[in-house]
Formats: sequence, structure tokens, C-alpha cells
Amino acid sequence: MTEMNEPTRRELFSLIGKAGGAIAMYQAMTALGHAAETQFTGPPKLSPARKGGSVLVLGAGLAGMVAAYELSRAGYKVTVLEYQDRPGGRNYSVRGGDKIVEVGGVTQTVGFAPGNYLNPGPWRIPHHHRSLLYYCRLFGVELEPFIQMNHNSFVHNSKAFGGKPQRYKELAVDFKGHVSDLLGKALNAGALDARVGKEDKEKLLEALRSWGVLDKDMAYTSSLRVSGQRGYDKAPGGGVDGAPTPSKINSLSDILDARVWDQMSFYFNYVMQTTMFQPKGGMDMIGKAFAKQLGKAIRLNTKVTKVAQDDTGVTASWEDVVTGQKSETKADWCVCTIPLPVANQLDLQVSPALKAAMKAVGYSTQCKIGLEMRSRFWEENYSIYGGHSFTDQTIGLISYPNNNMHKDGPAVLLGAFASDARGLMLAGMTPEQRIETALAQGSVFHPEEYRREFLNGASVAWSRIPWILGCTSRWTEENRSAHYQNLVALDGRFVLAGEHASYYGGWMEGSLLSGLDAITRIHQRANVA
Amino acid sequence: MRRIWRYAAPAAALAVLGMAVAVKAQDAPGGGPSNVQVSDEGKLVYEQICQACHMADAKGGGGAGAAIPALANNPNLAKPEFMIEILQKGRGGMPWFTDMLTPAQMAAVITYVRSHFNSYPDPVTEADVKRFAAGAGHKPDCNCAQ
Ligand SMILES: Cc1cc2nc3c(=O)[nH]c(=O)nc-3n(C[C@H](O)[C@H](O)[C@H](O)COP(=O)(O)OP(=O)(O)OC[C@H]3O[C@@H](n4cnc5c(N)ncnc54)[C@H](O)[C@@H]3O)c2cc1C
Ligand code: HEC
Repeated sequence: MTEMNEPTRRELFSLIGKAGGAIAMYQAMTALGHAAETQFTGPPKLSPARKGGSVLVLGAGLAGMVAAYELSRAGYKVTVLEYQDRPGGRNYSVRGGDKIVEVGGVTQTVGFAPGNYLNPGPWRIPHHHRSLLYYCRLFGVELEPFIQMNHNSFVHNSKAFGGKPQRYKELAVDFKGHVSDLLGKALNAGALDARVGKEDKEKLLEALRSWGVLDKDMAYTSSLRVSGQRGYDKAPGGGVDGAPTPSKINSLSDILDARVWDQMSFYFNYVMQTTMFQPKGGMDMIGKAFAKQLGKAIRLNTKVTKVAQDDTGVTASWEDVVTGQKSETKADWCVCTIPLPVANQLDLQVSPALKAAMKAVGYSTQCKIGLEMRSRFWEENYSIYGGHSFTDQTIGLISYPNNNMHKDGPAVLLGAFASDARGLMLAGMTPEQRIETALAQGSVFHPEEYRREFLNGASVAWSRIPWILGCTSRWTEENRSAHYQNLVALDGRFVLAGEHASYYGGWMEGSLLSGLDAITRIHQRANVA
Repeated sequence: MRRIWRYAAPAAALAVLGMAVAVKAQDAPGGGPSNVQVSDEGKLVYEQICQACHMADAKGGGGAGAAIPALANNPNLAKPEFMIEILQKGRGGMPWFTDMLTPAQMAAVITYVRSHFNSYPDPVTEADVKRFAAGAGHKPDCNCAQ
């Protein structure tokens, strides 16, 4: 609580700002719990590189490309070797005509209409991922809102409401109302008197009445006030027949069966909070923007198979997957951003501790399916504009496109985003079976339209994607404490970077922060070497 | 494909999927636990889980200088402990399964892979898996209860 004669926080910041400049201000704000949004404090300020200094970067994902970009700016000669025929790595979008080739050779040719795309990997950017936002701005990547939370989308639980999907707002408002009702009763019965003092009890009761929209008897009941949150049976209108009628609330036990708290708490996650963004035209706009800066420094179609090192430098052996040409590239230093399921099988001359660390990190197993629909029936018939409808079936959720709202013409819906065992179940199917499963299960939300409007679909099962064999790194407290420092340590002239070499695994922000940290350490070492 | 709907495995042995999805740090679908259960039958565990990587014919496949190894005709599988260990600990792109499969499901799929795709007919039991898990020096490298 603020004492009268103490300066307010804002006054304090402004005093510190005047006295000590921006850095003192930032440190003070961080200490007081403000502004601690990211560890990004701006691009690295690397002093000029030694003349002729060179760095080899393996993998042209965001970690590799941010490393290459900042090293080039500092004057290093940089070469990036990339296995695929495109830069970007997991920063990836698929469009009509693209081919998706899986381990084992199964190939899908995407049939989406021009302008439509699926983001099979990253799709949303939290507002606090400052380094990613910084580079998007720097390179002119246009961002638009990603609709994360939609009160009007559905929650489907096969064990609740006879398997009929319910609107999120109805479930969430009812959950909040019933919990408030019960907590109020417990308070009024004196059940919590030992924990809650008299004054606080009064405030809490007032809060519950307002937050839970309780009636004059502190009960959660159907009313026009409650309908003002969960929606009406007959919505307010104009003129003679304008009066609304209230909707009927669900029972506590139905609400508990629906488990809506899973969705409610999901939206509370730090990395899932609004505002979120997506690049206009597809997530891969970010990777393309980096690649444009790097130009010819990136060598595509280049499969690295081996890295050797000694006191004087590193040598990577590679094969051109188009021409079959085999060759080597030498440099003073090497930053390897190849995903660990692949990297741990390569012939790398590194310490046993690093090798062990590379084998100890697990990967998640997600699968996404895109479905192109003839029309935006979710907008016209259901008033759903962006956001997700959740289900306990294999597909996990469907998610509605955030672009081109209110337009005609075909649109791509995310028809599945499944992880863990559910992701593996979809991945183990043929592409045709995956689409059929997505249609069968997604129909629960839009039974009339789903199959009728379906045009074509595409799926990316990450565990079968040849250049990664997985999705994103999975650290646990145990493998973190045993292996993390070994994984990120400079090993002679070789260092790992990528989302796996960060505490922000599974986010592009982690890739960038890891890339920047790795090159800052290389640069320091190069300047003393 | 309709396969997934057929499984009605005994409730006691089921592993509940998708636990604690909401608290994972990485980008994840969110939502609650799944109504979809992994089967108790070795063949179906293989098709639901292992086939996602090792392929339907268990022949695996190549990647960017790395491969998902074949499980068919794989001499490494001769010793049952080899499979028990890797299912518990994982290795590189091979996940640990302690948070996805019960010991009984692990035993069932190991028995299936060793006998169906190889000629090692002796079954691996739930007790074998549990004994190994409890044994000294065989703790998972990673805490698998994420
Ligand atoms: C399903 C899914 C959803 C996600 N959702 C989000 C999200 O919403 N928001 C978000 O911020 N992040 C998200 N992420 C995470 C994000 O995609 C990654 O953190 C980031 O893109 C990884 O970048 P990287 O540079 O670390 O690795 P990568 O992008 O994987 O780069 C590694 C590169 O190495 C190359 N390579 C592999 N083998 C070789 C070889 N032998 N020789 C040469 N090159 C090789 C690969 O082709 C690849 O280009 C998601 C990821 C997935 C898979
Ligand atoms: C997400 C992909 C994935 C899934 C799912 C998966 N594996 Fe694996 N598995 C791999 C990869 C990749 C390797 C090689 C790991 C390495 O050495 O880098 C492997 C290795 C193995 C090996 C060692 C083979 C050898 O000769 O070294 C066995 C045995 C195995 N897996 C069995 C299974 C079984 C049984 C299942 C199902 C319960 C399963 N795997 C599920 C990816 C997977």
C-alpha cells in the first residue's frame, strides 16, 4: 500500500530518469517489476571484427539468420549453409503449388487458392517478444493482429452437454458465476472467517456480487444482467419489439463437465495473452525479410554432414542435394542451429558433454492441418471472426483465419493443432486419412457446412519432416540442470544456437535471443584469441 | 483411419493424454485433456504412436543427414533391455514415453515390435519394464513427468 508521503512509482521513475539517464531508469523499473518483458535490450553492439574474421553458420532459420546478419554488420565474413531449398526453417508458410515431402517420401502438393496459406509452425507472436518485433520493424515486415481470444468461439467436450459444442462466453460466464455464488455462501456462512478479516470479507462479497453477476440474494441465476455477459435468448432490438429476453444459465455440474477452466487458464498464460500478432501474408515473411538482407551469404540445398575443428578454425563437410557435389567450407568459428534430433546424429567434433546434452533434449510432436473452405461460413453463420474452437478430440482445436474478414472467396482454416499423443496419432496417418479425420471431427462445430464447403487440405506432421524429425525442444527441470549449460557453452570454436538453446523454447523469440547471445560470446572470444 | 474410434481399452490401464497442456511454456494448442486414449494392445500402440516416426512398415527413413532408424529386422532389438531403456529415456529425436505410455503399454508394444517386425518371440512383461525402471542407474536422463 502506498503511504501518503511516499512518492508514487511514476514520480520515482521520473526522478531516477532525470538523475541517472535511461539505463538507470531501465534497471530501476526492472527492479520494481516493470518493463521486465524480455531479455532483449536492443541489437548487440559488436565492436568491428578483426580483419578477415569469418564465421560459418549452419541452418538458415531465424537463429542462424539473426546471427549471420549481426555478424555481417560487425564485419565478419559469414557463410550460411542450409539444407532446404528455402531459407526460414520452421518460420514457414505453405501456399498453393508447394510440395510437402515427408520422411519416407510421401508428398503432398498444396492446392490452396492464390493468396491463401497455412502457417504449419509458428503462427502467433506475443506483444512482449521484443526482439522479434524489433527485427520485423527494422525489415519492414507488416504485422496484423492475431485473434487469440474469441468469446464467441466454441468449446467442445465429448463428455458434456451431450457432446454439443457450447459458446466460450456462456461457459466462462457460468463458471465465474457459480464459483462466485459458492464462495459467497461460504463467506456468509462464516466458513472462511479464520482466513478473511471482517473488512476484507465485505470487499470480497462486493467483488463476488459484481464479478460473478450475482442477484440481490447473492445467487447466480438467469437474468437480463447475466445475459449482458453470456448473451440473450432474444438480443436487444429497436422499436416496438426491442425488449430482450434473458438466456438460461447452465448448472454447475454441466459447467464442470465442460472443463471450461482449461480454456480460461490457457488465456492467462504469459505467452498466450493478447495482444498477439501475425505477419501479413504468412509467417514466412519474417524469414524472407532476413534472407533478403543476407543475399548470397546463404547457400541453399546444402546438407551438412560433418564438422571438424582445431586450434585454427572449423571445417564443415557438406553435400549439394541437387547436384550431388561434395565439398568443405572453412571458417574461424561455427554457429550450429541445426535442430537437435538431426544435429545429434551428425559427425560433430565436440566434447562428450555437449554430445550428451544434444541427445538429452526431447522434442514435442505436433501436427497441423489446413483446410481450405469455399466460403467463410464461420463468419456469416456463426459470427466467429478469428480465434479458436477447442475440442477434446484428436484434432485439439480448429482456428479461424485472422485475415480477409468479411470477404468472399475461399479461406484456409486451421483444421487441427494436435500435440503429444494426439499429434502422433495424426502424424501416423496418411495425408488423406488426416484430412478425413479433420473433417469428421471438425464437423462437430459446423455440421451443416464443414464437408459441404471443403475444397482441399494440407498437413504438416512435424515428426516426419526430414530436416527436423520433431517440433520444438522439450526441456524439463532435470535435463535443464544436468545439460543446459553444456549445451550452450562455447565448445572450442563451435557453439550451438536455436530455440533449443534458450529458456524460450518453442518460440521464435528464443531463437533470436539464443543467436544473439551465441555471437556475442564468439565475438568476445575472437577479440582475445 | 476409423481405427482411433474403435479403442475401448480397460480404464485402469489408460494413460490420460494431454495432461497439463495449459502450463507448457512452448506454443501449444491449449485446451484440456483429450478423450482419445492410447490402446493397450501392442499392435495398436505401434500404429497410434510409433508409426508417426518409424513408419507403418517400421522401416524408418532418412532426413537431412539423420535418420529415423528401422525397427524391422533390427539386430539391436535382440536384447529386450535395449528397447525398454530407450522407451524410458529417449535419445535425440526418439521421445521418452514415461509420460505417454504405461509400463503395460510399453511392454505390449515392445513385444509386438520384437515379434512382428523381427523374430524375437519371447514376450516382454509389464514387470520387466517396472523392474528396469526401478533399477539402479536406469533413471531417465530427464524427468519425464512434464
Ligand atoms: C507447430 C509449431 C508451432 C509453433 N508456434 C510458434 C508460435 O506461435 N510463435 C513462435 O514465436 N514460435 C512458434 N514455434 C517455434 C518457432 O517456429 C521456432 O522457435 C523457430 O522458428 C526456430 O528457429 P531456429 O532458427 O531455432 O530453428 P529452425 O528454424 O528449425 O532452423 C534450423 C535450420 O537448420 C536446417 N538444417 C537441418 N539439418 C541441416 C543440415 N544437415 N545441414 C544444413 N542445414 C540443416 C533446417 O532446414 C532449418 O532451416 C512453433 C514451432 C512449431 C513447430
Ligand atoms: C517423434 C518420433 C518418434 C516416435 C514417436 C518414436 N520414435 Fe523411436 N526413434 C526415433 C528417432 C529419431 C530415433 C533415433 C534417435 C537417435 O539416435 O538420434 C529412434 C530410435 C528408436 C530405437 C533405437 C533403434 C536403434 O537401433 O538404435 C527404438 C528401439 C525405437 N526408436 C522404438 C520406438 C518405439 C517402440 C516407439 C513407439 C512407442 C517409438 N520408437 C516412437 C523417433 C521416434
